[in-house]
Amino acid sequence: MTNAEILATDPGWIIAVKGLLVFAACVVLTLLAIWAERRIVARMQERPGPNRVGPLGLLQSLSDGVKLALKEDLIPAAADKIIFVIAPIISATTCFMAFAVIPVTGQVTLFGHKTVMQMTDIPVGVLYVLAIASVGVYGIVLAGWSSGSTYPLLGGLRSSAQVISYEVAMGLSLVSVFIYSGSMSTSDIVAAQDKWWYAVVLFPSFVIYAISMVGETNRAPFDLAEAEGELVGGFHTEYSSLKFALFFLAEYVNIVGVSALATTLFLGGYHAPPGLGFTESWLGGWFTAIWFFIKVAGFFFIFVWLRGTLPRMRYDQFMQFGWKVLIPVSLFWILVVATLRVLSQQGTSRTGVLIFSGIVVAIVMFVNVAFDNVKQKKKNSPRPELSKPDFAVPALPNKESDHV
Amino acid sequence: MSEQIEPRASKDVDVNNVEFVPVVSEGPASLFAQLKGFWLTFRTMFKKTLTVEYPEVKAPTQERFHGRHQLNRHPDGLEKCIGCELCAWACPADAIYVEGADNTDENRMSPGERYGKVYQINYLRCVFCGLCIEACPTRALTMTNEYELADDSRSNLIFEKEDLLAPLRSGMLMPPHPMYPEADHHTYYRGEVPEAHPSQEVKK
Repeated sequence: MTNAEILATDPGWIIAVKGLLVFAACVVLTLLAIWAERRIVARMQERPGPNRVGPLGLLQSLSDGVKLALKEDLIPAAADKIIFVIAPIISATTCFMAFAVIPVTGQVTLFGHKTVMQMTDIPVGVLYVLAIASVGVYGIVLAGWSSGSTYPLLGGLRSSAQVISYEVAMGLSLVSVFIYSGSMSTSDIVAAQDKWWYAVVLFPSFVIYAISMVGETNRAPFDLAEAEGELVGGFHTEYSSLKFALFFLAEYVNIVGVSALATTLFLGGYHAPPGLGFTESWLGGWFTAIWFFIKVAGFFFIFVWLRGTLPRMRYDQFMQFGWKVLIPVSLFWILVVATLRVLSQQGTSRTGVLIFSGIVVAIVMFVNVAFDNVKQKKKNSPRPELSKPDFAVPALPNKESDHV
Repeated sequence: MSEQIEPRASKDVDVNNVEFVPVVSEGPASLFAQLKGFWLTFRTMFKKTLTVEYPEVKAPTQERFHGRHQLNRHPDGLEKCIGCELCAWACPADAIYVEGADNTDENRMSPGERYGKVYQINYLRCVFCGLCIEACPTRALTMTNEYELADDSRSNLIFEKEDLLAPLRSGMLMPPHPMYPEADHHTYYRGEVPEAHPSQEVKK
């Protein structure tokens, strides 16, 4: 039985329980994620991090949340009040919705009912996630616009431009997964990875997805929308109290969300790593959830690691990278994957495939060498002579000014 | 000396003929060089943290750290402060307030003529520069290493004389009491008074 067939037999109350579990898990994961991030980044900077509230500081983010909720809730006079209130709600709800199609476990028994921990399995599950992520952008752009203030507006614009452009690269990186698995349903994609993870088979796609998911979630080094030094707080500058907490929640749930999607699409989802398949039947199938969360936690650690290591990118470089590197590379890779797929489906001999691969490698090398040559030429070309300015310049010490 | 202030000129560098060196941006280094950064942060995670967990662990201050002030005593317990107000005059932050008064035979707080009757240091103003300590002619005022001087009210941070006075150590008697037998203030300042004499005890 496929996941879709199992899920079709779910009674309504099971679906409700799953929804509640997803919500609870996301909120708890957010609290843990904030704590883990602060602790890990602190360790990377030779600090202990929050260690006062609760054992190892575990309750720090909970107490921060309570503090945030109890703070005064300000709405600026210049704000568009209705949209100002709706924006964080859009952000916070959409990020949860993406989890509906993520399969967290294999077959398990929940209250005596055989099911899988996945709320629903729609044939275009991954497209649904992308669509929901796009709706989430509304939260950001509306928050920036409705604040009636300059910095939030700039932050919101940056943020939405960033999310939209990296969504293109993200969507393109997923195309090869669709081509290989022959499905857009998350559970089918997981099932198709029983032999090889797509992170190995479709390594370039995986790399592009990994980069674009950092851009998509507005995280360092792509956290231009929240560049404290340039934009105060970005789109949420004017937000306080619970509304700010909602944005905070949305950010972290988004991180967990894209990590969960990456796990599902590239790391074999809830399946155990190769060689540990026997663990999948432990605890009546619930053990698969542990594998799932270990993989998600691995992605989260990479998020934190990036933040602890890399400086923030400049906005134009960031956009250039997205549009001029990631997207063309994605397109080229899709071309290659599609051709290989068609070749193998038509039963072309091994030599045919090898010849094609050889041609691809040759093209890549040629382009690489050409790029290097251009770069070298640029480097060696003499620096253009700058003429003297025709306006008055202040005199340098010990030097007569030319224009006095 | 010329009338005009000349800009300071370096003898080593001829400013007018500095060689033109273009700033070359090499761009991103190799992938390996970039990964080294990741290795650095990863490795740092397993290092010992540098944080001093303050309220539990108190790192000792430097030996001559400028902390809370202290009004010292002579070995027999009489106060060293003579109420001269030089500390108050030296203070750049106007944090010290002193009122002196005359010593009498019945009420002797310090050897000599005068003693500090009121002595206040306002720690909301004090900048811990130590000029008061330099100004003090009798070494009555010194600084301790105590730095925990936080409070939640302004009035608590104006330290009175009794907050600043050094504690009575062995051999000291609580003033007021008469001077050491056959000693005058010169004897005291030369440090020739070892400790309180039984005759100094005031009968109540």
